[in-house]
Amino acid sequence: MAASAAVRSAVSLTQRFVRVSPDCSICPLYRLNACTGATDGFTAPSRRLRTSIGVWQSGDSSSPEEEERVVNVVYIDRCGQRIPVQARAGENALHLAHKHGVDLEGACEASLACSTLCHVYVSSEHYEKLPEPEEREDDMLDMAPMLQENSRLGCQIVLTPELDGMELTLPKVTRNFYVDGHVPKPH
Amino acid sequence: MSYNKKHVSVTLPGVRGLSSSSGPRVCIVGGGPAGFYTAQQLLKVGDAAVDVYERLPVPFGLVRFGVAPDHPEVKNVINTFTQTAQHERCSFHGNVNVGKDVTIDELRQAYHAVVLSYGAEGNRSMGISGEDLPGVFSAKDFVGWYNGLPSNKELRPDLSCETAVILGQGNVALDVARILLAPVEMLKETDITQNALEALAGSKVRRVLIVGRRGPLQIACTIKELREMVNLPNTRADMLPADFEGIAEALKDLPRPRKRLTELMMKAAKEGGDDKAEKCWGFRFFRSPVEVIAGADGKRATGIRLALNKLEGSGESARAEVTGQLEDVDCGLIISSIGYKSIPIDPAVPFDPRRAIVPNEMGRVQDTAGLYCSGWVKRGPTGVIATTMNDSFDTARVLIQDMEAGKLDLSVNKPGAQAITALLQTRGVRTVLFSHWEKINAEEEKRGKFLGKPREKLLDVDEMLKILGRLLI
Repeated sequence: MAASAAVRSAVSLTQRFVRVSPDCSICPLYRLNACTGATDGFTAPSRRLRTSIGVWQSGDSSSPEEEERVVNVVYIDRCGQRIPVQARAGENALHLAHKHGVDLEGACEASLACSTLCHVYVSSEHYEKLPEPEEREDDMLDMAPMLQENSRLGCQIVLTPELDGMELTLPKVTRNFYVDGHVPKPH
Repeated sequence: MSYNKKHVSVTLPGVRGLSSSSGPRVCIVGGGPAGFYTAQQLLKVGDAAVDVYERLPVPFGLVRFGVAPDHPEVKNVINTFTQTAQHERCSFHGNVNVGKDVTIDELRQAYHAVVLSYGAEGNRSMGISGEDLPGVFSAKDFVGWYNGLPSNKELRPDLSCETAVILGQGNVALDVARILLAPVEMLKETDITQNALEALAGSKVRRVLIVGRRGPLQIACTIKELREMVNLPNTRADMLPADFEGIAEALKDLPRPRKRLTELMMKAAKEGGDDKAEKCWGFRFFRSPVEVIAGADGKRATGIRLALNKLEGSGESARAEVTGQLEDVDCGLIISSIGYKSIPIDPAVPFDPRRAIVPNEMGRVQDTAGLYCSGWVKRGPTGVIATTMNDSFDTARVLIQDMEAGKLDLSVNKPGAQAITALLQTRGVRTVLFSHWEKINAEEEKRGKFLGKPREKLLDVDEMLKILGRLLI
């Protein structure tokens, strides 16, 4: 069955295991946001597992002109405080948040594994402009408390010039319980 | 809050955190996610010195011993924990068995506050006859075996049977099923232990049934894990259409997560998969275990007797009720995945045996000033790392509040690790510091490289201590 074979190529066990996330958190280049995307010693599966570095490689954002394009983003934190931030095209919304002290967690370092600590609501006119979430992001979003139509994972949002003015609102809770009464107990 | 002096006391080389003796001293019991996340938050807000005690020489708890080998990205949190451990006001003390090597009372005397974050090392038992027969394992032990937990290294599960039955349908159950059926080519590039890898390479298990008491709409696993089962190479799904009666009609009213999960399950049940696939797996619903069946010699499990249930009510609160019907399933491997369980650590600490947690109010241990808890020992053994993170942050916040509100006497000078390490020395306990773990870590990575794996875990505590040799106090 060709369809299922295609589906089977999509997940962890069917791909060659490689280190999918370099330890960027301790790299001075990353901290200074001077990282242009690690290439040596870092291999990643070509499609699914999108770390921020994977996104650098797969996007158009590595050209010098784009990197200088400013994208204005406003984070609205859990207390309702507005934090306007200037970013560069190609930056990742989770790392940007960290850079500016916005309280967005990312335990799995942007590899779609920590079940939604970086869950944000995207301003509706910009939500339309984001690429569709991959199945794996949708699976993770299913675990997010207070899921809304405009929910996305911050670790999967890459800034582009057309997202200028985007507002990312942090949900008021990060705990994994559902308001509709559904209480999954996974571990 | 200002402080005038920094005391530089170098009594023990390599033990950090002794020089800044001006802030409160907090002790954390347990070096897993709960312990480290609580420490992280305490270090961030205020000037506390935090000491993390861990029974094993190696840190990280279930992140190291519970997360499946083929989920390496989930283990990225280790980088955060490492940063916490390396904080100048934090020190890690491994190979210390709290409750045996040192008592909670002794810790409370040495610190301003003690946080219990020691998790759940036991498991719920099925409570059926034959549960102790060879061939029956708890998922906790089976997972510990393939993840290199020292106390499970002799497990030696017999994988020469064709069918394995797993009781429970949470993510741990699915992890076990997936590891049993995964292609060895994939597993051999993970940090699964070499002896488990070899056992699985020789495994004859071809069929795994994952059994739950209730129905498809009550299943506890999440879609990510289900999708991994569906996508397993060379396997097909084999389910019973009868189990899915009425489910299609219920779909439209389900919240999104449950709906997507159920749709995927139904698709798998309907499509099955490649008929030529050598291996198969399936859910079996509305079934509870009542007895493990022993072979003719009575010496090992050869099957399991299941009672068929019907559902009363619907949704999350639906209950399984007996019908009286029974069903026997032939199998040589039975794994019960019905929950981990905390155990009491010290008679001085209150413990609720019914809920198997330390009774507490928002992390403050009942009737015991200066004693707190976080993680599974506080809430019960459910939830992912993120849940524990939030919970640990909550406990840290409560502790900080108590410090600021004067509920803890911070004017008293507490000796902290200095006193405890000295005490442990007199008892012949060799503390393993974080820098020592880093040596073990390097050794494991070195051995792993030789085998084409991220690491080859050391399985033996004595071997770990031997490698550290003269480094240990």
